[in-house]
Amino acid sequence: MSRVLIVGAGPAGMRAAETLARAGLVPIVVDEGARAGGQIYRRPPDGFIRPPKALYGAEAKKAAALHRMFEEMLRAGLITYHPQSSVLGFSGNTAQITGPEGMTAIGFDRLILATGAMDRLAPVPGWQHAGVYSLGAAQIALKAQGVALGRRIVLAGSGPLLTLVAHQLRKAGANVAAVLDTAPLSAQAVGGLRMAMARPLVTARGLAMRAGLGRLYHAGVRLDRIEAGDDGPCAMHWRDARNRSHVTPCDAVALGWHLQAETALTDLAGVAFDWSGTWAQWLPRADAEGRASGGVYLAGDGMGILGADGAEVAGRLAASACLADLGYAIPLRNRGRDMRRLARMRRFAGGVARAFPWPAEMIRNLPDSTVICRCEGITAGELGDTLPLAGAEANRVKSLGRIGMGRCQGRYCQRAGAELIAALAGIAPAQAGRLRAQPPVRPAPISLLCSETDNG
Amino acid sequence: MSAAGSPGRLRRLAETGREPLSFHFDGVRLHALAGDTVLTGVLLSAGHLRKAEFGPERRAGFCLMGACQDCWIWQEDGPRLRACSTPLREGMRLLSGSPHYWPDPRS
Repeated sequence: MSRVLIVGAGPAGMRAAETLARAGLVPIVVDEGARAGGQIYRRPPDGFIRPPKALYGAEAKKAAALHRMFEEMLRAGLITYHPQSSVLGFSGNTAQITGPEGMTAIGFDRLILATGAMDRLAPVPGWQHAGVYSLGAAQIALKAQGVALGRRIVLAGSGPLLTLVAHQLRKAGANVAAVLDTAPLSAQAVGGLRMAMARPLVTARGLAMRAGLGRLYHAGVRLDRIEAGDDGPCAMHWRDARNRSHVTPCDAVALGWHLQAETALTDLAGVAFDWSGTWAQWLPRADAEGRASGGVYLAGDGMGILGADGAEVAGRLAASACLADLGYAIPLRNRGRDMRRLARMRRFAGGVARAFPWPAEMIRNLPDSTVICRCEGITAGELGDTLPLAGAEANRVKSLGRIGMGRCQGRYCQRAGAELIAALAGIAPAQAGRLRAQPPVRPAPISLLCSETDNG
Repeated sequence: MSAAGSPGRLRRLAETGREPLSFHFDGVRLHALAGDTVLTGVLLSAGHLRKAEFGPERRAGFCLMGACQDCWIWQEDGPRLRACSTPLREGMRLLSGSPHYWPDPRS
């Protein structure tokens, strides 16, 4: 029987596993979570009692259906599941994995990467302080732990998550001081129209949440700095769309500019990348079904930011493509429907990208003292100092200036770094290149790396 | 118990009916609930998890999903932990800085 390894147990990975299991394969699913669900449908630990409706809102039924499906497959022994486990890298068709059992190696014939997405971050002066988080973190804290990240929280950035997190936090009783969106209303109107044409219900739901935020919400803002003392943030300094200055007292800030695909393993698996102007990020190259090169298939937000519904569809499609390539006969009727649904998700996502753009201008105007690499405290000025020697190329700037060398491996600075390189060199961000991923893609103790066993 | 009036950075909004447990952070005994992560447990009572290695500021995690690696903290004995993805256990002894047997890169 062919060995198919699925990395990630969010909506894409779960649907991919289901599709393979239905064809009679026993897929191996490796996931970092303690329980399957991914970030969007993340489940709290045992002993938590809030019902799905409280955790996932309008998506509760979808979340519950996915969780139930996966648990049933597990009980029936249809999948091999490695929770709390991270793939660190590949050696040919073998994945190196750390988890509760230590280091293991798992061989595979085909690889389905459903690695999801994370917050796309832009630096704001002061963002290195304790108490500044990503928007996703604010949502995870609430969903998986039932806590708010502070007593008076400023949410800032742009994208659907900004409004959603604000809505969820307020509903749960948190004190949200301001919701600061860098996207101007003009862009939101153009993108929003495209969103509404592709998915009217989802768009209407978002608009209703936005309306519920009332005067807390501000569009077209510019973030100047996060004022912080020894205890973390004490105020957000910002300007409104009419350039009037505001200071909003707070003790926590959550930042995010929509999402970026998690692609480190995709890179290590040898998949090519293309610059996406729409998404202002590098995205892996794959066909419409998620078929990349060399027996690798991609599904979900790790391939492009289509959201949870798109991820379910993409997971089925990628697994079907994998099955077809392995010589299995797959029903074509569902494939046509799924392809149409995915096309609709793409139209919607294009509207989202237009409505909530990457704040390139804000980044290009950051003061030299702004920390760009949050891991190692490297500033915009220090990045600029490397350019005469490094040239305008992200990997060389990383080598000389350590932007992207820190413990997050460039996940949270590489987009801003490329923007600054481009601004200083007078080139487009795409021309600044893409940081190459390096294994291990997660930290692992040297003792563990030395103790590698081979059970593949 | 860590309630709404707790001195830490985080504020509990729900799920307060779980079993209590206790642990130590920098030698001080603190209380939390079973099911809390190390990050949640510490930050309900404290303002930070650790000092930054490369700057004067403190750190309290960032992404909470295992991507940023900002929240690794020490134990008095044993390996470092990623606080956002490690469940808190009864009796854990956690440290905001490196233990005595580990050289401090800043000194």
